[in-house]
Amino acid sequence: MIDKTVASPQNALADVPNGATIMIGGFGNAGMPAALIDALIAQGARNLTIVNNNAGNGDTGLAALIKAKRVRKILCSFPRQADSWHFDALYRAGELALELVPQGTLAERIRAAGAGIGAFYTPTAYGTRLAEGKETRRIDGRDYVLEYPIHADYAIIKADRADRWGNLTYRKSARNFAPIMASAAKCTVVQVREIVALGALDPEAVVTPGIFVKRVVKH
Amino acid sequence: MKKRDKNELAARVARDIPEGAYVNLGIGLPTLVAEHLPKGREIILHSENGILGVGPKPAAGAEDEDLINAGKEPVTLLAGGAYFHHADSFAMIRGRHLDFAILGAFQVSTAGDLANWHTGAADAIPAVGGAMDLAVGAKKVLVMMEHLTKKGESKIVERCTYPLTGARCVDRIYTDLAVIDVKPDGLHVVETVEGLSFEELQRLTGVPLKRMLTAA
Repeated sequence: MIDKTVASPQNALADVPNGATIMIGGFGNAGMPAALIDALIAQGARNLTIVNNNAGNGDTGLAALIKAKRVRKILCSFPRQADSWHFDALYRAGELALELVPQGTLAERIRAAGAGIGAFYTPTAYGTRLAEGKETRRIDGRDYVLEYPIHADYAIIKADRADRWGNLTYRKSARNFAPIMASAAKCTVVQVREIVALGALDPEAVVTPGIFVKRVVKH
Repeated sequence: MKKRDKNELAARVARDIPEGAYVNLGIGLPTLVAEHLPKGREIILHSENGILGVGPKPAAGAEDEDLINAGKEPVTLLAGGAYFHHADSFAMIRGRHLDFAILGAFQVSTAGDLANWHTGAADAIPAVGGAMDLAVGAKKVLVMMEHLTKKGESKIVERCTYPLTGARCVDRIYTDLAVIDVKPDGLHVVETVEGLSFEELQRLTGVPLKRMLTAA
């Protein structure tokens, strides 16, 4: 019997090694898998590369992981915010590397990884400093920048409901990066509000099919 | 002359958004346009984080942490609205499905280059978000900004001195002084505010302007 449910966030992340690349779902606090991030902090893995739209807000979640100095590098589109003080301090101290990626390019690089695409051309950032040093190409009179996929060892995301096969539904704008991150990581770990019986999720409403999910934990 | 204040500027932009348009409002000043869209005109607002049909702010106490806009403020969803993931959201932007992106700006050049994400300061922490995708993706890019900096320098310039968000992407500029179209042959002044002559606008702006085609 397939059963992807795991007893606790701690169990779900016990095998994360130092140096892992981890995608973390969420846009601000919407869809941020707080219980999994807390478990990752407690677990102790260091030297992590983190992929998220932001670089932490306030003192909890991703901001707490950064504050605990577990993060070596962040790939994100919008690190600087009014309450991103932990990122700001470590970045200015030179203790945290940043790869700034336009938001749509970030999403598409994640999607490309999950879809088995080797690289793609996007018009975004052409002629700007974020395209400096990158290969470009003119296609049908329009200029494009070559971008490569972002693969991850783990994706930790939040969904609303799951079944034991790992099928997922989401809630409102908390969906954001989660479905594409789920497809782009070797091991996708999901924090859900509710685990329901197999067959209880409307198949027409499943957003992330269980094939993209390894572990589900209710929190 | 009578400068447009923030709300008058937002209302002026809103007047030009037609029934049925799909529109993304940038963070900051452009967000104000939502409050001035003409009543009875169905306009669908897009938010980068995965919403079409963004509605007004919720009542106090009715906020939902799972329902926020790109500025991370609580919003509501209109009847007919939809949620989707980030790759789909930016397919809508980059794939030329949005009719309008309304963006703030530090500078716009005479060629329509846009600078709105980075002041260029060496110690600034950069953040770009979806600005570069919107600049290249929307069918029409509308900029709303103050015409002059606090020092009185024109924000419409021959060449942007701040780092670019996108090249040759701006279609129309709305400022507190004028509405200006960016065309292949230069900047066309569509209207000036009450009491401001074309000559005075030209003097304040510095870069060559073409005379207004229609009266305000």
